[in-house]
Amino acid sequence: MTRKQKRGVLIGAAVAILAIAVIMVAMALRDTIVFFQTPSDVAEGKVQPGERFRLGGLVEDGSVKRGQGTKVKFAVTDTLQSVSVSYEGILPDLFREGQGVVTEGRLDSSGLFVADTVLAKHDENYMPPEVAAALKEKGVKLGSGAEHPDDKSN
Amino acid sequence: MIVEFGHFALVLAVVVALFQTVVPLWGTLSREPRLMETAKPAAIVQLLLLLVAFLALTHAYVTSDFSVANVVANSHSTKPLIYRISGVWGNHEGSMLLWVLILAAFGAAVAIFGNNLPLSLRANVLSVQASIALAFGVFILATSNPFLRLEDVPIDGRGLNPILQDPALAFHPPFLYAGYVGFSIAFSFAIAALIEGRIDAAWARWVRPWTLAAWMCLTLGIAMGSWWAYYELGWGGWWFWDPVENASFMPWLAGTALLHSALVMEKRETLKVWTILLAILTFSLSLMGAFLVRSGVLTSVHAFAVDPERGVAILAIMTIFVGGGLALFALRAGELRQGGLFAPISREGALVLNNVLLTTATATVFVGTLYPLLLEGLTGAKISVGPPYFNLTFVPLMVPLLIALPFGPFLPWKRGDIVAVSQRLIWAAVLALVAMVATMALSQRGPWLAPIMMAVGVYVMAGAVQELAYRAKIGSAGRDEILRRLRNLPRSIYGTTLAHFGVGVMVVGIVATSAYQTEKVLVLKPGDTAEVAGYTLTFKGVAPHKGPNFREQLGTIEVMRDGTPITTLHPSKRIYDSPPQPTSEAGIHASWRGDLYTVLGDAQEEDGGYAFRFYFNPLVRLIWLGALIMFIAGGVSLSDRRLRVGAPKRTSRAETPAGVVAAE
Repeated sequence: MTRKQKRGVLIGAAVAILAIAVIMVAMALRDTIVFFQTPSDVAEGKVQPGERFRLGGLVEDGSVKRGQGTKVKFAVTDTLQSVSVSYEGILPDLFREGQGVVTEGRLDSSGLFVADTVLAKHDENYMPPEVAAALKEKGVKLGSGAEHPDDKSN
Repeated sequence: MIVEFGHFALVLAVVVALFQTVVPLWGTLSREPRLMETAKPAAIVQLLLLLVAFLALTHAYVTSDFSVANVVANSHSTKPLIYRISGVWGNHEGSMLLWVLILAAFGAAVAIFGNNLPLSLRANVLSVQASIALAFGVFILATSNPFLRLEDVPIDGRGLNPILQDPALAFHPPFLYAGYVGFSIAFSFAIAALIEGRIDAAWARWVRPWTLAAWMCLTLGIAMGSWWAYYELGWGGWWFWDPVENASFMPWLAGTALLHSALVMEKRETLKVWTILLAILTFSLSLMGAFLVRSGVLTSVHAFAVDPERGVAILAIMTIFVGGGLALFALRAGELRQGGLFAPISREGALVLNNVLLTTATATVFVGTLYPLLLEGLTGAKISVGPPYFNLTFVPLMVPLLIALPFGPFLPWKRGDIVAVSQRLIWAAVLALVAMVATMALSQRGPWLAPIMMAVGVYVMAGAVQELAYRAKIGSAGRDEILRRLRNLPRSIYGTTLAHFGVGVMVVGIVATSAYQTEKVLVLKPGDTAEVAGYTLTFKGVAPHKGPNFREQLGTIEVMRDGTPITTLHPSKRIYDSPPQPTSEAGIHASWRGDLYTVLGDAQEEDGGYAFRFYFNPLVRLIWLGALIMFIAGGVSLSDRRLRVGAPKRTSRAETPAGVVAAE
């Protein structure tokens, strides 16, 4: 093989691998990303039942009800709207009424959000940025610790 | 007083860094050896000053000096000594100080051990290194000063986030930073080479040990972080494709590629331009990691201190170094002559494939980590990219890499014979098939791909061993000859074998845990039993218990297997005294077969039952064992005489005009 051919094979192989990777990334981004929605978004009908998404907001005061075994129900609110959530499993340590929470799952036909993941945060002052931004957008005043989590978050 | 002393030392260190940035570079530009020679003492003085600053802060932590704001925010007088010390870097300000300390330590190491470097190259490297320290030093003084005093001294501190009070996490950041920051040396060497406009095999020989040392630290740091997340967060997982994890993983991937491409450059004087680019990119990814973790732009389960102002400052530093580095690269790379020729099927070809796959994989992680940020900026839509994305993009790129991996060391330089190598790997393939059949026989469920991936892991392990066997002529030579050969093989060969073996071990652990994990969530009342992966778990009850700085509800679970008691596990729910934060402590029974992992959940309101989450993670220990093997492999390789810092001697060329050498 000449110098040019050798280089051609190498560059060709590299470009082929890159092209495959680009296609895989594009397909994966189309199929696997999950959108973040607030209870108001849900109320406005932005999400179809069965579509997987993340629901974020505050755990509504007085809404947490434990059912049989590890089943639990609570409501997520952005103080304007709220969505009922059902979850089966163990809640994170920092799950508390009035605290920020992000859950992932699907709406069923009755409008109940069936979550399979409830995300915990390490820090009691930590507010997931999406939740903080979404609440701010809705004009909700947050406690001082929530919007500017202080330095001891890890 | 000591605190002010430390503060003053930090300011002086920044001044020294400024001197070290300007004077040696001026010396190389004006060809004035006396100015170039100032780099060495400056680098050492800078290290000593930063050491004083760091020890002063550590002293404030150890003695619980609550007149210092940083100590108040992150420490508490009742904390055990080790966590008072680790508290120094358990927060943004202190960890930045550690960051510049390590930066200076690497610079001083080059100054001390780099006596054989051409004077101008050493001056330029130390100048670039000091410019990074200067940027971060100014950043610390301006936005993140750990030495600030409080006017009203509180009686006690606020404490360290309790989940950070853990031995693995105490030492995770220093290793991680040593890795991140260690790549700065490769960056400085790359920039110095671009400034000088020449680069050769010796350059790669000088850069490789530093890169290897950084890579070792990063490997261990990431593994410790993963191990900590595994047993501390109580999710039973060991890797979450979380942005913060990705931020440390991207430099690791790029650094791994850099180690391999520098090898080609050292041995064959080719891939020069690419290696330089990779050195710049690797450190750029380290800087980006610092930015992502500290600016709060990304949602993460373990985000660092969130402060937009600091984020902007780090972004500015990053832009200067990444942008400046790439611009210099664009200007000068054309002057670097390409070297030797090689056929696509050859050691060089295999290492190019390694580089293409590793950098493409880095790019997929990059896209997955930053796409949410981009989309939010463009459309305002908030999305999350989770494990499914990485399973569809990153993992498929790793499969060809792993299949090609054992071929690499067998292929000769310049031109190789793929058929001959395949024949040599026949035993590895046979072992892999055995592993596949065994996996299928042992597991009744799990994805169809899992036995194949188990086979790939075993094949990588066996291939690594077989390479050593081939070099020692095991099977064809006599016993004495084999022993003689084994003795005479260079350590770097053992390092390669061991590192590749570690990759295989890790793959087996990852596949087994991901595909065959058992998870059970259920409610038990005292006296109830549950069956998990062949173990019988009996819940004995929950009792309150008091620790040194926490109170806890301590669960007791007796574990039996085939009628014989194995162990008693104590998963618990803790509340720390300061800050009063609840955490879960998993009860884990570890064995080679796998980990039995138990988490205590909430009490049921009516009947005295408790929710539990049980996992069985088969072979999960192999993941961290694999990383540990890779770390040790790096050490073995580093102890090789040829790689040892200061091996090659070159003096005369330092004075040759740049153009002449570049054309060699």
